[in-house]
Amino acid sequence: MADTPQIVLDERLKKEGIGARLIKRPELGAIAGVVLVTLFFLITADGAMFTLSGIMNFMTPAAQLGILAIGAAMLMIGGEFDLSIGSMVAFAGLIFGACTVTLGLPLILAIPLTLAVAAGIGAVNGAIVLKTGLPSFIVTLAFLFILRGASLVGLKLASGGSTQLRGVRDAVEGDWLAPFFSGDALGPIFAWLAQAGIVETFNNGAPKVPGIPVEILWFILLALIATYVLLRTPQGNWIFASGGDRNAASNSGVPVRSVKISLFMFAAICGALVAIITVMDSGSTDARRGFMKEFEAIIAAVIGGCLLTGGYGSAIGAFFGAIIFGMVTIGLTYTNFDQDWFQVFLGGMLLIAVLFNNYIRKRVTGER
Amino acid sequence: MDQETKFHHGAPAADAKPIIEMRDIEKHFGNIIALAGVSFDVRPGECHCLLGDNGAGKSTFIKTMSGVHKPTKGTITIDGKPMDFSSPRDAMEAGIATVFQDLAMIPLMSVTRNFFMGREPVIGSGPFKRMDIQTMNEAAVEEMRKMGINLRGPDQAVGTLSGGERQTVAIARAVYFGARVLILDEPTSALGVRQTSNVLATIDRVRKQGVGVVFISHNVRHALAVGDRFTVLNRGKTLGTATRGEITPEELQDMMAGGQEMAQLEGSLEGTV
Repeated sequence: MADTPQIVLDERLKKEGIGARLIKRPELGAIAGVVLVTLFFLITADGAMFTLSGIMNFMTPAAQLGILAIGAAMLMIGGEFDLSIGSMVAFAGLIFGACTVTLGLPLILAIPLTLAVAAGIGAVNGAIVLKTGLPSFIVTLAFLFILRGASLVGLKLASGGSTQLRGVRDAVEGDWLAPFFSGDALGPIFAWLAQAGIVETFNNGAPKVPGIPVEILWFILLALIATYVLLRTPQGNWIFASGGDRNAASNSGVPVRSVKISLFMFAAICGALVAIITVMDSGSTDARRGFMKEFEAIIAAVIGGCLLTGGYGSAIGAFFGAIIFGMVTIGLTYTNFDQDWFQVFLGGMLLIAVLFNNYIRKRVTGER
Repeated sequence: MDQETKFHHGAPAADAKPIIEMRDIEKHFGNIIALAGVSFDVRPGECHCLLGDNGAGKSTFIKTMSGVHKPTKGTITIDGKPMDFSSPRDAMEAGIATVFQDLAMIPLMSVTRNFFMGREPVIGSGPFKRMDIQTMNEAAVEEMRKMGINLRGPDQAVGTLSGGERQTVAIARAVYFGARVLILDEPTSALGVRQTSNVLATIDRVRKQGVGVVFISHNVRHALAVGDRFTVLNRGKTLGTATRGEITPEELQDMMAGGQEMAQLEGSLEGTV
């Protein structure tokens, strides 16, 4: 390009090395974490963990958490929290179960209805936070209990006294939309790979891994879309701006209110998507679904580089944060360690991530 | 060159028509009269300083000019046509841009992202509509270079800039988006000596491009260093407008403080104020 502005170097600016540039990327910590955890399990765990079926084994829970984590991360970058997304999984599961089993609706109606109810609740959350100016922490904490309780009561009504609603699998059997939300995708490719001898097979010639669980594809797709929105669209800029400084953003013409409400809706929809996928996989829904997931999702987002104060973070970071989670939960079963180390690990990881993020924020803003 | 003329390199045409003219503006908040008849105008390419002590009504006045408040009485004309701002957006569309003290900058975001915040240029269509990052980066670096600031890169975070540089980003942004009148609210109040001179130099650059600058300050020396005309506000009224060379710093200082007491106080402090 001929007219690229010439940058004259200031003698007091030290040249930045690659290391210094990399450390400013919000997702760096999470990627480093994935590398460390992988090394740890390569040394300690049974070799089966890193076979194709082993990878699918830990990626499935990682994906279920990761979809929530991406919603939580976007909302955190926009400067708000949602502690109700875990309960939202249970509540959306109830709505979805009621639609398919009790009302017998086809998926083409049941899925949009479930997502719409979730989005509506997300919008209510957001509207209350924005209207009152109360911290989103406390408003969504209220919804954590409201939705969990409503799920219990609703399940008892829908199932006639039980806290579990069964029969979802029968209800959705044969629905043309079902393959997009349950089971394994890309089956034919894996069958072909098995025939060609590229992937491991059972004795009868069927591949050991019949396909990629759909939630993994949803997880990757959402991470890519969220990253694109954040880094390449005006809306992404508005999200960073709304989270960074609400006043400055709205003085510059950013529609802060609609940005934040949309993010609350998106987080709730992520919860509902996880509900639909997991309910269809297990064939039933219960009131404990998504229990404590809101915290795990926020932890994954923080490991992924999101600041608790908003305005900084990345969706790719949350993606890797969730993978770390999946690897550790499942990975410990491949080792001789007691599985309950998981919680210790979780707390430790969170602490390290927060300290690291705090240091990064100071570097980025040039604070001393 | 002494301080007083250091940043004054241009002589705007004295007969140019004002861009914005405010006549006998009054603003009442309930039973409080914040402005009791203020007249003020800005011509292209001049720096018109609005001076006044705390509580003189400077903030209320610039908020009226930038469309935040509606005047209770008085008229605002732009290019000779009467205008009625009902929101800051109206004023912005008419080319009146305000750089408030908080600058509307987000430290964690890059200079480019701050520069275009809320007004991002897009390319593509439909779902593929995206920010034109390359144009944005080039424009931000180029505009900052014109103002004498060499960025490390367009992705440099605003938090790493000094106070004066941030002020300059905010000014450059307003000018880039077509400001004809630029209102600067105390741009030098929190800055050190060197930073202040950078900002004053920026004001001079912007003025040369034909933008009318309204420089609000309570520092007479900063105002005299760059201003073409000076209007003093005291207790919600204008005490008159003076042009450059007609007035001494001491006279301005006295007018701002309301005359008498200041002269006495200054005597007891042996001229250090």
